[in-house]
Amino acid sequence: MRQGSLLLLLIATVLALLPLFFPWLGFVFTLALAKGLAALGIALLLRGGLVSFGHGLYFGAGAYAVAFTLRSVPLDTVWLLLLAVLTGLALGLLAGLFLSRYRGIFFAMLNLAFSMVFYALLAKFYHVTGGTDGIRVPTPTLLGLTLDRTLFGEALFYLALLLTLLLGWGLTRFLRTPVGEALAALRTNEVRLEYLGIPVRRVILLVYVISAGLASLGGGLAGVAVGHVVPELAFWVTSGEFVYIAILGGIGGVPGPFLGALAYELIRTFAFKYLAFTWQLLLGATMLLVIFFLPGGLWTLLGERRLRGRRATAP
Amino acid sequence: MSGLLFLALLDGLVYGSLLFLVAVGLTMVYGVLRILNIAHGSFYALGAYVGVVLGLFVTQTLGNPWLSYPALLLAAVLVGGVLGPLVERFVLRWAYARPEVLQLLITFSLFLILEDVQKLVFGVQPYFLDAPFQLLGSAELGGVPYARYQLVLVLVALGVLLGLRFLLRGTPLGKILVAVVADREMAQALGVNAGRVYLLAFSLGVGLAALGGALASPTVTIAPGLGAEVIVLSFAVVAVGGLGQIEGAAIGALLIGLGRSLAVYLVPELDVVVPYLVMVLVLLVRPVGLLGTVEVRRI
Repeated sequence: MRQGSLLLLLIATVLALLPLFFPWLGFVFTLALAKGLAALGIALLLRGGLVSFGHGLYFGAGAYAVAFTLRSVPLDTVWLLLLAVLTGLALGLLAGLFLSRYRGIFFAMLNLAFSMVFYALLAKFYHVTGGTDGIRVPTPTLLGLTLDRTLFGEALFYLALLLTLLLGWGLTRFLRTPVGEALAALRTNEVRLEYLGIPVRRVILLVYVISAGLASLGGGLAGVAVGHVVPELAFWVTSGEFVYIAILGGIGGVPGPFLGALAYELIRTFAFKYLAFTWQLLLGATMLLVIFFLPGGLWTLLGERRLRGRRATAP
Repeated sequence: MSGLLFLALLDGLVYGSLLFLVAVGLTMVYGVLRILNIAHGSFYALGAYVGVVLGLFVTQTLGNPWLSYPALLLAAVLVGGVLGPLVERFVLRWAYARPEVLQLLITFSLFLILEDVQKLVFGVQPYFLDAPFQLLGSAELGGVPYARYQLVLVLVALGVLLGLRFLLRGTPLGKILVAVVADREMAQALGVNAGRVYLLAFSLGVGLAALGGALASPTVTIAPGLGAEVIVLSFAVVAVGGLGQIEGAAIGALLIGLGRSLAVYLVPELDVVVPYLVMVLVLLVRPVGLLGTVEVRRI
């Protein structure tokens, strides 16, 4: 375990240092962290055997909450992100009360339906939401400082990295609490869990609300980083991306989704630059390869190698 | 006013028929393979593209617009007959034994791949083919002129529904299909080649999606994003009717089609939201859809 955390610290340090030498990477990394947060929410649900094809709803809601607020009140970035989280938590609670009754495909599809309703409303009510053109998000202050766009982008990346590390640490601990362990048991057998006296629906609701909050934080972050929000943030393909990232990285541990998000954004950035019409093809093919040949996701790549190394050195 | 309402209902029926043609393939594939195919919408889009290209070819090069009807059907057969077996054999076959989440993601990856294949082959410019629509002209229905092509769509949907019912209930192939769905191992023990049944069922599903796309192509503009739009609507239809239920898909498509056109008539702002509202309302009352069956929980 110590070795694992050390490796993570190393990765985080490399991540933190790279944008100093390649400034454009900062933006890519910020987006990766934003999507990684949403994918982490999905990964939490996946641990419980639930899959949502609708977390674009919370991602979009977080982004639009930031955009709407900035239109009337010039709040600081920190407050904006907090607001995004609260929006996600509130929406997640509302939807979760209804959704925690459902499992399997129906859970996935109802999430999808909710996100599509939100998407349709965003695209339809042009006067409020700017329709498919979206809303521009002016650069807010960061910790009271007014920064220009480039400097703000860099500072935002470090804020995002700090937030991610804190949240990742908190959630790793959460997964080791009885409720967190119940989540993994839920995937294996729900009925047995009920016999043990664990309120399954409340566990699901709690995790759902957390996952919604994470997705909204990611959305808020993406909104501020990009400087523009569009309804596509809530489209079902975006939600599909989160599931994609979660599985690509692996759901075995909290860092998995972030690893997945990083790989995803890098593939996307490079493929988009050189192969405009085939980047989705590349992503799809990568996923099929990962599912068929690396079922635990990229995360196991590191873990397994470590395990093998240990086995080799064992007497 | 009642004329308008009549027109709205008729529009709903036509829209529902188009939805049914796509959704029935999705629900049938789920019924047999137990996989909810997210890439289903892409087959719809590919059917539309191939249909339009073939239709334009026969109208412009061969000079006979009447040939565009068989061209549309040929498009469905081509997409179903070529892509169906390819995808089943090389991708889905490796997905059957995996958890539901991964199956969904595998078909999502397929969706991503097919979206780009479609862009690579057909480009991103919009296509139009209105010959099949114009040729049939319009008929008077209760004093209102109505495009005959739209009425033909309703008939085709009805034909597909009856045809599938007959296929499943009245032919040996249908009996084998039902047997594989009910108990795959037992069917295999009795000498049924289950792999081939899966291949057939999936290809038929793909063909139906492509048929839906090809037949819808004269009424809509064909451009990228078509498949992504249609698949979520099909999900709603299938969820309303109950997963794997062919008659359910018909009921779901009708409910959503009529609901949407009535919304256009009564509250036009909400028309795009209606399919999902119908779905949520139905699932609120019946969590497995109207004709769905409750699965026994494992202890």
